[in-house]
Amino acid sequence: MNDQANKPRTPDEVGVPDPFQYMHPTLKKNFGNWDWHDRPRPGVLHHVSKSGEEVWTVRAGTQRQMDVFTIRKLADIGDEFADGHVRFTTRSNIEYMVADEAKVAPLIEALEDNGFPVGGTGASVSMISHTQGWLHCDIPGTDASGVVKGLMDDLHKDFVEEKMPNRVRITTSCCQINCGGQGDIAVNVQYTKPPKINHDLVANVCERPAVVARCPVAAIRPAMVDGKPSLEVDEKKCVCCGACYPPCPPMQINGAESTKIAIWVGGKHSNARSKPTFHKLAVANLPNNPPHWPEVRAVVRKIVDAYKADAKHWERMGEWIERIGWNRFFEMTDLAFTKHHLDTWTGSRKTMNMSAHIHF
Amino acid sequence: MKDDASKKDINPTPMLDELEGGKWPSFVTGLKRLRDEGAPNNQEMMNDLLGQLNHSYEERLGFWKGGTVSVFGYGGGIIPRFSEVADRFPASKEFHTLRVMPPAGYHYSTDLLRQMADVWERHGSGLIAFHGQSGDIMFQGCSTENTQKAFDELNEMGFDLGGAGPALRTAMSCVGSARCEQSCYNEQKAHRQIINKFLDEMHRPALPYKFKFKFSGCANDCVNAIHRADFAVIGTWRDDMKVDQEKVKEHVAEKGRKYTIDTVISMCPTRALSLNDDDTLDIDNRSCVRCMHCINVMTKALSPGDDKGVSIMIGGKRSLKVGDLMGTMIVPFMKLDTDEDYEKLEDFAETCIEFFADNALEHERIGETIDRIGLPAFLEAVEVDPDPNMVNHPRTSSYVRTDDFDEAADEWFEKKAREAGLTVSAE
Repeated sequence: MNDQANKPRTPDEVGVPDPFQYMHPTLKKNFGNWDWHDRPRPGVLHHVSKSGEEVWTVRAGTQRQMDVFTIRKLADIGDEFADGHVRFTTRSNIEYMVADEAKVAPLIEALEDNGFPVGGTGASVSMISHTQGWLHCDIPGTDASGVVKGLMDDLHKDFVEEKMPNRVRITTSCCQINCGGQGDIAVNVQYTKPPKINHDLVANVCERPAVVARCPVAAIRPAMVDGKPSLEVDEKKCVCCGACYPPCPPMQINGAESTKIAIWVGGKHSNARSKPTFHKLAVANLPNNPPHWPEVRAVVRKIVDAYKADAKHWERMGEWIERIGWNRFFEMTDLAFTKHHLDTWTGSRKTMNMSAHIHF
Repeated sequence: MKDDASKKDINPTPMLDELEGGKWPSFVTGLKRLRDEGAPNNQEMMNDLLGQLNHSYEERLGFWKGGTVSVFGYGGGIIPRFSEVADRFPASKEFHTLRVMPPAGYHYSTDLLRQMADVWERHGSGLIAFHGQSGDIMFQGCSTENTQKAFDELNEMGFDLGGAGPALRTAMSCVGSARCEQSCYNEQKAHRQIINKFLDEMHRPALPYKFKFKFSGCANDCVNAIHRADFAVIGTWRDDMKVDQEKVKEHVAEKGRKYTIDTVISMCPTRALSLNDDDTLDIDNRSCVRCMHCINVMTKALSPGDDKGVSIMIGGKRSLKVGDLMGTMIVPFMKLDTDEDYEKLEDFAETCIEFFADNALEHERIGETIDRIGLPAFLEAVEVDPDPNMVNHPRTSSYVRTDDFDEAADEWFEKKAREAGLTVSAE
């Protein structure tokens, strides 16, 4: 037997690839030497180097989860209408760079003709950063791509225009781990019931001490159930976060009815003006209602419209709410302020109003 | 849209069909194209994948479970997915994802995109995400058998698996110096130098939990480092910002005085700006906190200074377990210019990873470790002196033992003297 032929290939541990081999030549040539930029129209960035060289970037939305035909189509557009180089933004928009301004208009036309909306720059609603959902995740409460598709259909106009007060960053997450991240608006799964435990499986599937340790409120303890070693949950303590479910799948946190959606507002990554902020609860208990999630879409639309109508230029969602006050936010969005909006977690006292400042 | 009912063996997808209308590109249409026109192996897999996904839409539950799949020589980087409804949808019973690290800054040639598509058409499902929240290219949908083949081809193209599990994770860097005048360092260089130095921690998971680096060229933080990275590197500068007063005047003339005051002057978080009577800008650089707002608005008139470097913030993470944490300012300024400077950054990264490996509890992020032991103990461990830039304000609680306060104060004054170039008497 020839051992050599059966020997597995040893990986070449190359790490992060050098981007310069794939980079647009104008970017490579002017690396570290850019002077200023402007935006001649929505979806287009124009950067000028200290050497006087210029580059135009055309940004377009994609579905992120792309079939090879879509990828080849995007490559074809890059070859025919741009200079054969692209990049992606952190929100899965594709960007084409061209060194000749005359190429901008035909490139935009080609992208739009093929169904890729040009926009996502400046004061627009950019593509939603999202998770995997039912398509690929092992613990999802909802889908991700489907929710995003519906929301972006609604927000298409807000993507291709720059008519918001400032940029709007929306995220979705298919469980409370919140892999989608913080956002001006965050659409996240919110579980409403404690896990349903399949006691027949726990002993064989779960490392019980690790599961006990995973609970943020110490609500899980080892127990013998029907003569089998298992786990039990103190349902009075349980905050239904789902943290026990990934390490112990027999502790099913999802239910067709009990998995709900919550919408959060005012998260901000950037340090511009105000410091970065976490998003805050706007509304909970919206139904997880595929394939269109109409209740979620209606609330997002309402929040976006209220922000668009009332915020000052350059105010982000959270900065706008801080100015107008939360009572006006709830009034303008027709949402209820409830006891569940009062934080109860560690450090929550610091989220209370400890002053005589009141918005009427 | 409705599928051709005459075609046999096609799983009906009435729920997903609803997601093919509308103006945004439809992932469902893409999946169906793979099912109908893809390579034969893609067609089968996608038909059943669509079937399972539609089943999820109907039942409102997920049907994937994890497992263990890896490539030879590595312990992570593949996200295994086995179907729980494989009896109904057998062709997608194994639907693993390869997490592959993209070029730093997400630059691609169209040739490279085509090569990647070809590999995934041959060995996978034909479905690729650019990119996942982890920062990886996600090659989605691979059988266990084909995982090694796909990896071998991608690896030979110069690509490597990213992180998964309790390990160093795939990093992200913004477009930075490649196209942005606001960039304060070479993001790609820092990104590649650090990650490529510690690849062993990525490919052979042995840390207490995940550890993420992200690199943003300025405080706009386009890769969301402060929220999402255990180790966030944010570009900044420590001399005066640069101002072209003629361009300021042009901006005011174009936009108007009131608009300029409302959107620039009044929005400065530290009241460091004032508009002079001649429409030039009065900048109090000692009060400026490098937030980037005025530079974002007046892109032609204002830009970062020349004495550039980075701030390092440690401990950002998402919800589990103690709740969301942002990175805390640990190194307010580190010069990042020469190769030696980049080596210092690398050394500090190594110190932090080692601290994490030695001190974090299982499934604890470094931000949680810092919460547990307190910031002073962390600073001592990584040999960083306390700095007022680390806090919003000094402590308000008197519950602290201060009998060595004088020694700590002496250290502070000695450090200040050394920074001022004075000789310290003890030395």
